[in-house]
Amino acid sequence: MARDTIYAVSSGPVPAGVAVIRVSGPQVRFGLETMIGMVPEPRLATLRPIRARNGLLLDRGLVLFFAGPASFTGEDVAELHVHGGRAVVAAVLAALAELPGHRAAEAGEFTRRAFENGRADLTEVEGLADLIAAETEAQRRQALQQAEGGLASRLSAWSAELLQSRALLEAGLDFVDEEDVPTSVIASAAADAGRLADEMNALLAQSAFGERVRSGFDVVLLGAPNVGKSSLLNALARREAAIVTAEPGTTRDLIEVALDIDGYAVTLVDTAGLRDAAGLVEREGIERARKRSASADLVLLLDDGVEPLVEPPSGVSRLTIRTKIDRGDNAPEEGIAVSAVSGEGLYELRRAIGAALGLAERRPDALIVRERQRQGVIAARDALTAIDPSQPPELIAEELRRAADALGRVSGRTGVEDLLGAIFSSFCIGK
Amino acid sequence: MNRLDYDVVVIGGGHAGVEAAAAAARLGARTALLTHRRDTIGVMSCNPAIGGLGKGHLVREVDALDGLMGRVADAAGIQFRLLNRRKGPAVRGPRAQADRRLYREAMLAAIEATPGLDVVEGEAHALVAADGVIEGLTLADGRAIACRAVVVSTGTFLRGLIHIGEKRMPAGRVGEQPAMGLSASFEAIGFTLARLKTGTPPRLDGRTIDWSRLEMQPGDDEPEPFSTLTTAITNRQVDCAITRTTPETHAIIRANLSRSPIYSGQIESRGPRYCPSIEDKIVRFGEREGHQIFLEPEGLDDPTVYPNGISTSLPEDVQAALVASIPGLERAVILRPGYAIEYDHVDPRELMATLETKRARGLFLAGQINGTTGYEEAAAQGVVAGINAARRAAGRDGITFSRSESYIGVMIDDLVTRGVTEPYRMFTSRAEYRLSLRADNADQRLTPLGIEIGVVGTERARAFNAKLAEIEAARQAFSAASLTPTEAARHGLAINADGVRRSAFDLLAYPDIDAARLAAIWPELARYSPGALAQIESDAKYAVYLDRQKADIDEVAREESVELDAGLDYASVTGLSNELKQRLSQVRPATLGQAGRIEGMTPAALAILLGAVKRARRAEARATA
Repeated sequence: MARDTIYAVSSGPVPAGVAVIRVSGPQVRFGLETMIGMVPEPRLATLRPIRARNGLLLDRGLVLFFAGPASFTGEDVAELHVHGGRAVVAAVLAALAELPGHRAAEAGEFTRRAFENGRADLTEVEGLADLIAAETEAQRRQALQQAEGGLASRLSAWSAELLQSRALLEAGLDFVDEEDVPTSVIASAAADAGRLADEMNALLAQSAFGERVRSGFDVVLLGAPNVGKSSLLNALARREAAIVTAEPGTTRDLIEVALDIDGYAVTLVDTAGLRDAAGLVEREGIERARKRSASADLVLLLDDGVEPLVEPPSGVSRLTIRTKIDRGDNAPEEGIAVSAVSGEGLYELRRAIGAALGLAERRPDALIVRERQRQGVIAARDALTAIDPSQPPELIAEELRRAADALGRVSGRTGVEDLLGAIFSSFCIGK
Repeated sequence: MNRLDYDVVVIGGGHAGVEAAAAAARLGARTALLTHRRDTIGVMSCNPAIGGLGKGHLVREVDALDGLMGRVADAAGIQFRLLNRRKGPAVRGPRAQADRRLYREAMLAAIEATPGLDVVEGEAHALVAADGVIEGLTLADGRAIACRAVVVSTGTFLRGLIHIGEKRMPAGRVGEQPAMGLSASFEAIGFTLARLKTGTPPRLDGRTIDWSRLEMQPGDDEPEPFSTLTTAITNRQVDCAITRTTPETHAIIRANLSRSPIYSGQIESRGPRYCPSIEDKIVRFGEREGHQIFLEPEGLDDPTVYPNGISTSLPEDVQAALVASIPGLERAVILRPGYAIEYDHVDPRELMATLETKRARGLFLAGQINGTTGYEEAAAQGVVAGINAARRAAGRDGITFSRSESYIGVMIDDLVTRGVTEPYRMFTSRAEYRLSLRADNADQRLTPLGIEIGVVGTERARAFNAKLAEIEAARQAFSAASLTPTEAARHGLAINADGVRRSAFDLLAYPDIDAARLAAIWPELARYSPGALAQIESDAKYAVYLDRQKADIDEVAREESVELDAGLDYASVTGLSNELKQRLSQVRPATLGQAGRIEGMTPAALAILLGAVKRARRAEARATA
């Protein structure tokens, strides 16, 4: 199938100093011949006049050519680095549109082609998306590792091992008359499966943290009305995100602010004060507060020394914090104490949050960072764990197939032809 | 000149053609089977065997739809073996050596006994179509046949070209003319044709083989027939023999590789990896000390022996030398040299799952023309094409087979969605629902559908219903009988002492407990036939897995059955590539499952499509709320 050649501005919004226009597809060489009069040496920046089809000079800029399949998308790719003015960019895009087989790329289309052409698996594509969205240092580090194939390489190594086990086992089932096919492979297949399951478990142990790094840790402020939750939120966020009044029950809905603590993304959530309320709206707000705190990574339990302490949901880590220490002798003997007014104790509070979330610990970066990835690896692990060497071979093959399918769904790569390929390349099949 | 007029014409009397013609006729279509010569109907061009792993499953499925292959193979079988007998029921495959002459005769008899089916001798010249609808065909002798549907099952005859060493000759099989005209018709319609290659070994005179030096391979003591309608195998049963190539054989082949058309560049098309020529084996696996050869007798009264394992296209003098280098074959006389054959096939992605072509309504393709190999694969496609050709002729909807119900469904789905790069052969590893798709339950998977659409005759329907009733009764009896662990221990069964009562059905799931063992405890369980008991045993052993597979199947079916509104504006769905938008707008798939089988469709695009459907539904719900 002949594909369109696609183009798009791949740098940020114009105007800017430089704009990078990326082109990918079978007509890239033709487009370069037409617009810059040559196809540059691959990966060598070349300064060229850039012209429309009718010869009109549009700009002069650096042009790079990447020959497929060794390119981002796996196709021929060109980059035009032009001056980032609106009119310049518009003129170059218009000239590209004039070329046969060229059209504007759709959102994510370059990456999709990279995936379809086998240049990146699904987890690498996800990593790339995360890298572009990364806001904190930990997110950047984790996303980069993912985009560089951190999980992809583990998946493909596991898949390759599974494929080998399956090829041995399946060959024994489908080619029973072939003398070249070994007959007793069950013990080694079961041992390999056990080892793979252990490796998967090791990765899964890090996954909860990895998913939090990506999506942000949830920290919920909880307390009676008017203990200073909204003031503390504003103080930590350094802006007036929540309305603060002297009236109890001012906050009714959940209010979220994004914090960066020790390089990690943390979502701090302000909630309605817990009491036997009152109006319909406040009751709903309190319900939301309870729900959100139940699923939180950490609850900050606020105590102003006056209002009664509320009971946080069981099983959730908590930090109790004395607030309003600027008021007389409200400061406790020990524990964390803050004043949203003076800012006293805020630094210590941030450190305490980081410590409670385990952010300060040194740990390997997680490779499983999304629920989708985790569910797939769990499904694979479960299938492998179910293998019992006393089972008949077709049932072991069934578990191996399930494991391979589950991994295939994570990476986006599956195929029975791989299996047959492995069989035919290992054994002389065919009477 | 009298004008021939039929509902369905089937071109080609091979394994696909006979099943297509017979199936169409069973459905009541006035059917013609067009073949060069009546006496080549049902010829086995390659090895004299039917069945095997995956293939045996297909034969059972053909039989379940009241097809001919199983019955004919039973009538012609001279050695039966159930492969993988010691492994689980899902991977057992029935296989038989067939007497070539008996097979051909039984097949011709079955065709001649089929009401509403005429055999027409002649050569197809061209298809006649108007506005993309088939109206008939013309024959090489000038005759014309009008019809509403055509099944083309011409095997290797489309521009067939035989290679023996440096010699080349156009042929469909050795000694038979190829079909040249039809290829032109196909190109005129616009089909993408490609070439494939396959091969066959030299045939030997069994009277010149020294059998005394060879290891013999007997069949099963109790032959298991293919067809559920066969009550007994009556032919005398024979043994095969096993020998192997020697270092000398390998040296002869290496020295003459340049004279093999595969390695001289004379043949460029792809052959199957699982059926390599002996040249391929030596080049790719030359370090092996020897390669096994099965010596298969071609018939009870026929001295011809098929040496399975040395398919070759080397020149005749090299074939003679290599045969003479093999133990037991030192003095063997070659009756006919081996050869490679290249032939045209149509890219099966040109087909719908009914095996009707997308380009020409009423035109169906079945068998090797679709890039498959093997008698069984051909027969299975023949049944599907025959059913759908007859339904097309009657103006009815097509019938398709799903991957979760049959190997037929697996094969056709593989063909029409993925195409082929080598001749396609069935393996059990291709079936993701292998544990449910067993040779022993093919009838229960397919015969009810066959009865419903009328492709199954009354004799089989009656037998099937009786068998089903027996299995149901047996299942109930096995579920009703139960005991506690303490009672089990008294009978010598090792069961967890957990106090849980277990039924006889539950107990069958234990690896070391079979129906015979349980019948010793509950005598009433002994009254069922071995077939019914085997079935209950299989179901019990796989119960956990079958439940899980059923859940998977249901989930896939749920996703697949999401309906796509006929008015859906694909152009406005953001995130889809223009190519896909165009293709979706053209094809207008009815369900998400169908959309998924469109060429170029990706999981990401499917997710986008699903999102678009859900958004449209929500918008609609809001509008009506």
